[in-house]
Amino acid sequence: MWGILFVAPAVLGFVLWQLGPIIGSLFIAFTDWRLAGTPQWIGAGNFEKILAEDRLFRKSLGVTVYYSLGSVPLRMLVAFALAVLLNQKIRALPVFRTIFYLPSIVPVIASSMLWLWLFNPDFGLLNSILRPLGFPKLQWIYASDSVIPALILMSLWDIGPMMIIFLAALQGVPRQLYEAVEIDGGNAWHRMRHITVPIVTPAILFNLILSIIVAMQTFTQAYVMTDGGPNNNSLLYVLYLYRKAFEQSQMGYASALAWVLFIIIAGLSLFVFRSSSRWVYYGGR
Amino acid sequence: MKTGARSSRLGRTARRRLGKAVVYLLCALGSVLMLIPLAWLVRSSVMSLGQIFTFPPEWIPSPWRWENYPQALTSIPFFRYFVNTLVILVPSVLGTVITSTLAAYGFSRLQWPGRDIVFGILLTTLMLPYAVTLIPTFLLWASLGLVGTYWPLIVPHFFGGGIFYIFLLRQFFMTLPKELDEAAIIDGASPPQVLWYVIVPLSRPALITVVIFATLFEWNDFLEPLIYINRSSQHTLALGLAEFTGLYTSQWHLLMAASTVVILPVLVLFFFAQRYFIEGIALTGTKG
Repeated sequence: MWGILFVAPAVLGFVLWQLGPIIGSLFIAFTDWRLAGTPQWIGAGNFEKILAEDRLFRKSLGVTVYYSLGSVPLRMLVAFALAVLLNQKIRALPVFRTIFYLPSIVPVIASSMLWLWLFNPDFGLLNSILRPLGFPKLQWIYASDSVIPALILMSLWDIGPMMIIFLAALQGVPRQLYEAVEIDGGNAWHRMRHITVPIVTPAILFNLILSIIVAMQTFTQAYVMTDGGPNNNSLLYVLYLYRKAFEQSQMGYASALAWVLFIIIAGLSLFVFRSSSRWVYYGGR
Repeated sequence: MKTGARSSRLGRTARRRLGKAVVYLLCALGSVLMLIPLAWLVRSSVMSLGQIFTFPPEWIPSPWRWENYPQALTSIPFFRYFVNTLVILVPSVLGTVITSTLAAYGFSRLQWPGRDIVFGILLTTLMLPYAVTLIPTFLLWASLGLVGTYWPLIVPHFFGGGIFYIFLLRQFFMTLPKELDEAAIIDGASPPQVLWYVIVPLSRPALITVVIFATLFEWNDFLEPLIYINRSSQHTLALGLAEFTGLYTSQWHLLMAASTVVILPVLVLFFFAQRYFIEGIALTGTKG
């Protein structure tokens, strides 16, 4: 019974900080709970209000989906492209791997400060480079229609872990397979399409699921850089939830918001998993 | 015929060289794009405000204003925030590495009924949105009267430290040959002794990886301190930096100096330990 003893802290932690809170959260979601008062059971009232009349909920969900739809595929693409580059048997691989990974260790609070400055329309780095090339003075995070694209651009800067996972998968591709394609007269595109991509599909699935979960819950950038603005156009979902819970002390309402997000993320993940049987290839392993 | 064969071989090596040149060129381009924001950060941190606000922008500071750093570090109690960060970080990392090692050992090298099912259930939390557990956990700590202390930030790490670390260590433990445990058991060792004298010494790279990831996580954490800490004397560095924006909105040189100071320790950590980063991430990804 040593085994049970060893895992006891972890299992207890699971009950105390995962399972318990999930159940608690569901219960709280059906109450009206201002932090100061006692919780009032109001049935599905919070959910009805969220779905029927909360315009900020709709706004924040739209903003979050927009951000995720841009950020997730682009980050995957950049991470994959860099991994393919690093997999080309070059001698300076460790140097480039370090450089590509470097931005990912920058604390999100510091990178938020940095990008706030990079996005500065008058003296920031981006406009300093682009304006001499004939671009107009872009407003980046300071304009309603460019704030999310700007945050998506920023999210492309830290793709290190994803890149490493792709690289590890690429390095597991057996050399003979490439040689077989070459003998059959295939070119680089054929190698990519018929060998590389199929074999790294498990890594694609892994990265896809985790990056959806991360993107849908992005918080710090919006909190620090834009405070949800301008005109709530970067009011990411968790920022809205944070305001409801910790600025307006509406614990019941915020819990309901959390459950709506939970259901959306779970649904998305399930959809990706279901579809994965059609596109993920589990080879010899 | 002979010359034809040679020229085609020459063509192939030429093409390979060209391909290699293109790869290097793209890598160099990628490096520039990744590094240029950091260069801009450092450049801005040692400039005068006057030079920062010039257009077209200048890249080389003149003069180099190193005094930005002491100025930034004294404008808010940086040293105190640094100590606060360590007060949270050190016990959290310790708790994480100890209890995740115990759990990973129990989930990989000991047999007990239901083991893999329990592990599977714990693994699902890897995909659980933190937004769902945030509020009830806060209310739990609030009901204990501990919001505003460091306990909510430290204690959970002594309960397994997070499934990610357990998973990572378990992956590593499973690569060690089973005969080691068996031999030690035959020699009369108990499971705790096997863990301490056999598994732990062999798993140093994986344990270091956990320490590094956990350290980085604690150093970078923003949301949890934001929620649980309310007095500014208790702020961590991450919170202190956020406080900075409010105070010095357009003092970009000081803001960049402060940001550099927060980034520097993790940068140093990364340079000394990047092998563990790379291998640790690869370990979780490939078999996941």
